[in-house]
Amino acid sequence: MVATAARDDNFSYRLWRYDGAPGELIPLLQSAQDHFGYIPRRAISYISGVTRVPESDIYGVITFYSQFRLQPMGKYVIKACDGTACHVQNSRTIIGTLEDELGIEVGGTTEDGLFTLSTVACIGCCSLAPVIMINDDTHGRLTPQSVRKILREYRRREQAARAQDAASCGEAGAR
Amino acid sequence: MKKVIVGMSTCGLSAGSQKTYDRFGELLAANPGAFELKSTGCIGMCYREPLVEIRENASRIVYGSVTPELADRIFNEHITANRVLDEHVALRMDRGSELGGAEAPHQKEQVRIVLRNCGLIDPESIAEYEEAGGYKALRTALLEMKPDEITKTVKDSGLRGRGGAGFPTGLKWSFAAAQKGDVKYVVCNADEGDPGAFMDRSVLEGDPHSVIEGMIVCAKAIGAHMGYIYCRAEYPMAIRRLTIALDAAREKGYLGKNILGSLFDFDVKIKQGAGAFVCGEETALFQSIEGKRGMPRIRPPFPAEKGLWQKPTNNNNVETYANIPWIIMNGAAAYAAYGTEKSRGTKVFALAGKVACGGLAEVPMGIPINDLVFKIGGGIKEGRAFKAVQMGGPSGGCIPASLGHTPVDFESIPATGAIMGSGGLVVMDDQTCMVEMARFFLDFTQNESCGKCTFCRVGTLRMLEILTRITQGEGRSEDVDNLKTLAAQIKEASLCGLGQTAPNPVLTTLKYFPEEYEAHIRDKRCPAASCTALVDFCIDPEKCTGCTVCAKNCPVEAITGERKTVHTIDMHKCARCGKCITVCTFGAVYKK
Repeated sequence: MVATAARDDNFSYRLWRYDGAPGELIPLLQSAQDHFGYIPRRAISYISGVTRVPESDIYGVITFYSQFRLQPMGKYVIKACDGTACHVQNSRTIIGTLEDELGIEVGGTTEDGLFTLSTVACIGCCSLAPVIMINDDTHGRLTPQSVRKILREYRRREQAARAQDAASCGEAGAR
Repeated sequence: MKKVIVGMSTCGLSAGSQKTYDRFGELLAANPGAFELKSTGCIGMCYREPLVEIRENASRIVYGSVTPELADRIFNEHITANRVLDEHVALRMDRGSELGGAEAPHQKEQVRIVLRNCGLIDPESIAEYEEAGGYKALRTALLEMKPDEITKTVKDSGLRGRGGAGFPTGLKWSFAAAQKGDVKYVVCNADEGDPGAFMDRSVLEGDPHSVIEGMIVCAKAIGAHMGYIYCRAEYPMAIRRLTIALDAAREKGYLGKNILGSLFDFDVKIKQGAGAFVCGEETALFQSIEGKRGMPRIRPPFPAEKGLWQKPTNNNNVETYANIPWIIMNGAAAYAAYGTEKSRGTKVFALAGKVACGGLAEVPMGIPINDLVFKIGGGIKEGRAFKAVQMGGPSGGCIPASLGHTPVDFESIPATGAIMGSGGLVVMDDQTCMVEMARFFLDFTQNESCGKCTFCRVGTLRMLEILTRITQGEGRSEDVDNLKTLAAQIKEASLCGLGQTAPNPVLTTLKYFPEEYEAHIRDKRCPAASCTALVDFCIDPEKCTGCTVCAKNCPVEAITGERKTVHTIDMHKCARCGKCITVCTFGAVYKK
């Protein structure tokens, strides 16, 4: 889900462009995850077919790194920081609040597919601890109250967007 | 014309600097030509973000905590009417005069070498970097110096690797330079995995060109033509700014073929990490760049001989490279003038935790811990008691307040049982439980152990189990001895730095805070009121408004009270789940 200028090209283009250069496996997996939101079984097969790296080796690499996921993720991936600085500033309470507000545990995804909750060892915003990242946006100096507020804001925006979608679909149907 | 410069690093953005920037954008749209709007990286005063600098000729005034409302006032008063809002000024950096403003006392002790441009230039503009003296060192190194002269200068400067181990940088370069062969690599370790450290992120976000310039100089010294920056994926903005910087450097002819007409070729690629702490270890990092599982291998052969793709490789971290251009420009002696006899130069520290003024600080080596915490960090939040600092991340240890006079350098810090590490300095107060801290770090290293060595893989798990039991009030009398035995075995029987240092947080807390372990194990009490299983939950009658939310949410119905009256918690029923703390809107529930 991390969209950066370094990887603006899409997965199939990258696969097609692959020229046998060594060390491309991890960038390929990262672009697969950008493309699908996770790494599906078929992406492993594609990559294996193109790079000639055995599927078992690719699976080994995927499971070694915490960035890669084999299950679909929510639209918003929440990375709750539990680094040292956040930890001494009660990040456990923040994570507890997130679990409570979302009704899922760390590692889970909400039923509506909106949020995935994960923890991360440090996102380098220690002076604003406790911190969470929602996709690429960082939120700092959190309290249980502000966490709930932020999540509700995301939900509200999402609902508004859906309502708008439904309305425009309705219009199109009426026409 | 006045320039308005908004700090737009990750720290600024998460404090809301985008809104401030947008507000200035609107003001500029409404008053075209009134000022020039720019952005910059982190100046280090993270606790005062969002920061906005108003620059005009020699006058440079930095406002702290700038909300969109304050932006309006700054525009109306300072920009339009030239009236400085003194009460909001964090720092005055007028050329030719002393520092002023509310934060000046915290800045005075600092010496900015690595952070020379951070927060002052636009990191996305190569022209501003050049204006600040950038790429001059490269010109000197490529056109006027021989490779061995570069290495000698770095050696003479006394610069030691800033990633943690403190190996002399010049010596490392000379090993790689001595290797025969055309294919060599320069690697920059930007996988800043230590929780509590963010120096490298700030440098990459605030001054990416300094790192690139340092890498090119290194490449010339050792004779490499290809470089890699291994940056962690958790730093999307650093990666974006590096990408912009690399493109600009290529366009200007600082990277690529025949750099500055010197017939020397060099280019740099970014490799994104995928989230593995062990990849900060150099041999694991090479494995990861090669697209494999990041598992360390036995050294020797050292990377200078067989590194990335089995070729001679020089690997340094971000801060080390950022020092290089300054050293080339100002000479080895100027750098060596700072610091102590064996630890020359400056070091950037990331102050975080319970310190009042968290942020970045660059100081000469050898400054006492107390100065860092009190003079630069402004003491402890809410005036609480200073208990310890944690240095070196999960490989480091806790240094108690009683050793606060210890100078920060590569000799004195290891003598306490901690390590220098990459510069993360997490301050703890009397509310931090040291046993829980040790458990926290073991949990981290246990998770991040790559699994190659049995003692690191299983030993850390056994230690974690013991520590978890202790924090849950089920400690046994033999636990402390078992922890010590396991720690010794893990240190002895692990291949890489991760395992060899993993027991450090436990050993240092056992050494300096044995009474806290005692209290947990024997008295089933947590002196810092932190371990949930060993504390009582209380409601502050001053803060409770009687809104009934906690009572409604308590899963075991331990909270009672009428609407609009102060509630109470029945500790006999309480399951200590902590839910009440997370739902209370008034912060009235606390642990005792």
